[in-house]
Amino acid sequence: MAFSIEEIYETARMILFEKLDIRTTTLGINIKDCIHSNFSRFQKNVYKKIIKYGRALVKHAKEIEIKYGIPIVNKRISITPITLVMEPHATREKYISMAKTIDIAAKEAEIDYIGGFGALVQKGTTEAEKILIDCIPDVISSTQRVCCFLNAGTTSTGLNMDVVKLMGDMLIKTARNTSNGIGCTRFVIFVNAPEDNPFMAGAFHGPGEPETSLNIGISGPGAVRSVVEKNRDCDLTELSEIIKRTVFKITRAGELVGREMAEKIGVSFGIVDISLAPTPLPGDSVAEIVEAFGIEKIGAPGSTLAIALLMDAVKKGGAMASGNIGGLSGTFIPVSEDSGMADAVASKALSIEKLEAFTSVCSVGLDMIAIPGDTPPDTISAIIADELAIGIINNKTTAVRIIPVPGKKAGEKVNFGGLLGEMPVMAVNKFSSAKFIKRGGRLPSPVISLRN
Amino acid sequence: MKKELVFITVIGKDKKGIVARISTALFKKNINIEDITQKIIKDNFIMAMLVDIKDANCPMEMIVKDLEKIGRQMGLIIQVQHENIFKMMHRI
Repeated sequence: MAFSIEEIYETARMILFEKLDIRTTTLGINIKDCIHSNFSRFQKNVYKKIIKYGRALVKHAKEIEIKYGIPIVNKRISITPITLVMEPHATREKYISMAKTIDIAAKEAEIDYIGGFGALVQKGTTEAEKILIDCIPDVISSTQRVCCFLNAGTTSTGLNMDVVKLMGDMLIKTARNTSNGIGCTRFVIFVNAPEDNPFMAGAFHGPGEPETSLNIGISGPGAVRSVVEKNRDCDLTELSEIIKRTVFKITRAGELVGREMAEKIGVSFGIVDISLAPTPLPGDSVAEIVEAFGIEKIGAPGSTLAIALLMDAVKKGGAMASGNIGGLSGTFIPVSEDSGMADAVASKALSIEKLEAFTSVCSVGLDMIAIPGDTPPDTISAIIADELAIGIINNKTTAVRIIPVPGKKAGEKVNFGGLLGEMPVMAVNKFSSAKFIKRGGRLPSPVISLRN
Repeated sequence: MKKELVFITVIGKDKKGIVARISTALFKKNINIEDITQKIIKDNFIMAMLVDIKDANCPMEMIVKDLEKIGRQMGLIIQVQHENIFKMMHRI
């Protein structure tokens, strides 16, 4: 046999017992060619294009699942940022109507989520973008699968604080419009947003992307945790090597699936995102990897270094495995979606401030964090501002997906259902930032952006 | 014609008739067995069977379904995977 039985068993075991899967196959499609002066024709063009590619994606994903015995959990589509195509039709009614069209198309094509209903506003906002930001709560409450995003800053342009200032009120309105504030799980605000990110809610098909591009997100926290647990006494240098080897293997599986799917659908292959995306299932947790390092609960002193080491090893293993690493490629710490993270919050080991520290060494933001429903809007904007500042200054992507849960206080449990998971509502610092946030304006780009 | 090689991995407790049941099912589907190997790894009986499905009289979906059914009946886990995934994961 060309492979030893140990090698064959290792692959089977990763999938069967350690929950290795392809977390998402996200097909980015350009919809600029759908624009029409007649709005119903425009909607029809968008609808047809989503259906055509969506159905092909779902069909071939099923074939590849069978061929390789590896689950492909989510099938998603990302589109051109909507404001870029809606400028001539930018009214509240038309935005909502377009969102509903996209939602119906996604449902009919059996697409889980469709991303891109957002705007690139890092340097300022156009009139069309202002209208979009104003109607995001209604877009979310009138759809089920449409995801919204804003890119509010980049290291080279600075941070658009006029947009960040609006976020507190916008998120509270979005939360009130939906049960348990769940609508907020479909909105992400970024800085340095990648144009090829396959993960929701922030995926969009950037203006620099080709006509179509298939991007893959893999999920292997269980496989990584398993090798860490088997090596309880080795030093950190050796641990890093062990993680690299495992991540190399799981990234190669992602690369194989991505290339083959792109070929079958007849689109270009984009990237493999090597983020370690967890799920609420036992064993599929990033927190549990850190705890297997020897930290009692994630959030305890040492956790920031542990996360830094983990992600560095993941990047090194992933970069060796694929020449097409892209997207976010950091550790995901969506608190409610990771049962170990939610446990750490419940036992008061993990705070928003410690999560913020993690994002300075590796992870991509404050993700899936429930906060009290009565948190003042300015405080929400200020939490976002702090997180985005880390991205701007460190020349990396950071993002915030935060849910002010109506009627819930810190410590009360909230369940978002399914893969979105559950968690205790996290406490928020009580001191006010209102006067600071009220200033607005733009955080100038940092001196590290002057590279020419 | 080029071979289309697939690995069938069987995990569980060793018992009589595993190879017989699987090979009968494969024979009915016109699938040739190229190689078989087995080992006990951490109390688990592991068997890997390399088969060529290029002349199979049914699609891969059906092969997987039938083998999984045999697995359920015999209390075994049976995983079917095209060889490309092993090439990608274990060879540079």
